[in-house]
Amino acid sequence: MTDTVAQTAAVADAKAAPDTMAWDSGLRRLMMIYLPLGCFVLILLFPFYWMAITSFKPNAELMNYKDHNPFWISSPTLAHIKHLLFDTAYPRWLKTTMLVAIGSTTLSLIASTLAAYAIERLRFRGSPYVGLGIYLAYLVPPSILFIPLATVVVQFGLFDSPLALILVYPTFLVPFCTWLLIGYFKSIPYELEECALVDGATRLQILRRITLPLAVPGLISAGIFSFTLSWNEFIYALAFIQSGANKTVPVAILTELVTGDVYQWGALMAGSLLGSLPVAIFYSLFVDYYVSSLTGAVKE
Amino acid sequence: MSVTTLSSPVLAQRQPNWLVRLFDYKPFLIVMCLAPAIGLLSVFLTYPLGLGIWLAFTDTTIGRRGVFVGLENFQYLLTDPLWWNAVFYSVVYTGIATFGKFALGFWLALLLNNHFPFKSILRAIILLPWIVPTVLSALAFWWIYDPQFSIISYLLVDVLHWRSGNVDFLGSPWPARFSLIAANIWRGIPFVAISLLAGLQTISPSLYEAAMLDGASAWQRFRYITFPMMMPILAIVMTFSIIFTFTDFQLVYAITRGGPVNSTHLLATLAFQRGIAGGELGEGAAIAVSMIPFLIFATLFSYFGLARRKWQQGEAND
Repeated sequence: MTDTVAQTAAVADAKAAPDTMAWDSGLRRLMMIYLPLGCFVLILLFPFYWMAITSFKPNAELMNYKDHNPFWISSPTLAHIKHLLFDTAYPRWLKTTMLVAIGSTTLSLIASTLAAYAIERLRFRGSPYVGLGIYLAYLVPPSILFIPLATVVVQFGLFDSPLALILVYPTFLVPFCTWLLIGYFKSIPYELEECALVDGATRLQILRRITLPLAVPGLISAGIFSFTLSWNEFIYALAFIQSGANKTVPVAILTELVTGDVYQWGALMAGSLLGSLPVAIFYSLFVDYYVSSLTGAVKE
Repeated sequence: MSVTTLSSPVLAQRQPNWLVRLFDYKPFLIVMCLAPAIGLLSVFLTYPLGLGIWLAFTDTTIGRRGVFVGLENFQYLLTDPLWWNAVFYSVVYTGIATFGKFALGFWLALLLNNHFPFKSILRAIILLPWIVPTVLSALAFWWIYDPQFSIISYLLVDVLHWRSGNVDFLGSPWPARFSLIAANIWRGIPFVAISLLAGLQTISPSLYEAAMLDGASAWQRFRYITFPMMMPILAIVMTFSIIFTFTDFQLVYAITRGGPVNSTHLLATLAFQRGIAGGELGEGAAIAVSMIPFLIFATLFSYFGLARRKWQQGEAND
C-alpha cells in the first residue's frame, strides 16, 4: 500500500523532471536518514563490539596493533573466560547478583502490585496523594541516601550481607513499578470488578482472579525493569558489601579484578561481557513489553 | 439494594470465615495493601533521608557517634577547593551531557520516526547501552580510553594520520572531563530517543498535512508543530535526566575515580570518598546534602521552564 503511494509520488516526481528527481530523493533519503542512522548504530554498538572482541583476543594481539588488525581476532582464545571462571570468584559473584536481583524484584513486585491496586482500584480519600508521595520517592537519588543508609544497614546487623541489598533496592524499584502498574490497572475496565463484586466475590478473590491476570503484561514489564535496575545497581553494593565473596558482579569486577598497574584487559572485558549477558538475554526475551511499557510510562 | 439481595445467598452458601470477611472490609484491605510499600519506603528511604540531613550537622565518623556541630561541616565545605571543584564539574557535567543527550537523542528519535524496514529490531538494538549495567559499559570505555592501546588513538594516528601521537584521554583534567561526558552522553541517548519517539508518535499527522497545505517548510513544521507538541514530554524526561546526571556516581567511579588530581570528582563521588572510604560520615553526608538545593533548582527549572502551557501551545514568541 505504502509502496504504491511511494511509486505514484515517484512517478509524479519523474514527470516533473525525468530521472534526476527520483534519484535525487533516493539519495536525499540515504543522506538524511540512513547515513546518520547508521552512524548512530555504529557508535552505540561499538563499545560492545570492542568488549566482545577483547574478551577473545590473546594477550599478544591485545597489545600489538602493528602486526594485527585491532578490529579483528587472528587467533581467538577462551583463556580470559577460563581464567575468569576458574581462577576468580566470578561464578560466586554471578550467583550473588542473581540472588539479589531476583529477591529484590520479587519483593518489589509484591509491594508495588498491592500498592498500585490500593491506589488505583480501592480509591480512598487521599489516594492521589499517596500515589504522588510514592512517585516522588523515585526522585530521591541513591547518591544522597547511601551514607545514612550505610549506618542504618549497620544498625540492623545487615552489613556485608546480600540481604541488605534485597531490602534496600526496593526503595528505587517500588516507586517505579507502582507508577507503571497504576497505569496498567487504569486500563482494566471497572465493570469487570463490579460484576464480580455483584456476584459475591471477595475483594481478594477479585484481585487474584480478575485484576492480576489482566495486568500480567504490566507485571512482566515491571519485573524486567526491576531485574535490570537491580543488576545495574552499584553504589549501595559498593558501600554495604565488604567481603570479596559477597560482592555483586559490577562491584567485584571493579574492586577485585582491577589490581596493580597492569590491567588484565582481556579478563576485565570478559567479565563485563559475561555480566552483561544475563540482562541482555532477559531483555531480548521481553523486548516488546519493555519498549511498549517504557513508551507507555512516558505518555502517561 | 439489589446488590445485597443478589449476593447474600452466594455468601451464605460459602460461609466465609472471619479472616476473609476482615479482608473484605475496605479500610483494612487498603492498609494491608499499602503496608509493604509504605513500610519499605519509610524504613529505607524517608528515615535515611532525615538521618542523612541530621548527620550533615554532626561530626560523626565511622565507629564513633558524633555530636551536633551546627553548620560547621558546611562552613568547612565552603572553604574547601575540592568541594568547589566538584560543584563546578557536577554543573559542567550535567549541563553538557544533558544538552548532548537531548540534541542527539531528539535527532535519533526523529530518524526512527521515519518508515523503513526492520524498525522494531533497530529500536531494540538501540536500547542496549541503556540496558547493560553502567559499570560494565564504563569499563569498556576505560579500555577505549587507554593511554597506550586506545582504539580511538589508533584510528586517529595509524589509520587517518590526523595526529602524530596517542591521545591521553584520562591523563589530564579537561580531556578526562570530556571523556566522561562523552561516555555519559553515549549511555543516555537511547533512553532519550525512545522516550521522545513515544512522544513523536502521539502527534497527529493531520497537523503536518494542514501545515504542508499552508506551505510550511520542513524547518517550520519542526519549529511550530513538533517542538511545541513535544514540550510536556521533554520537560518530564529532562527533569529525570538532570537529576540522575547530576547525582551520577558509577561512570566517574569506574573510569577515573575522581582523578586526575581530583579534577573529575562529582559531588556524589566526593561524598563517597570522604564519607565511606575516608570514614568522615558527617562530612560525607554534608556533601550529599549539598546536592539537594541544586536538584530542587534544576527540577523546578526544567519542569516549570518547559512545561508552561504557553510553550505547549507554541506561543512562545509573542
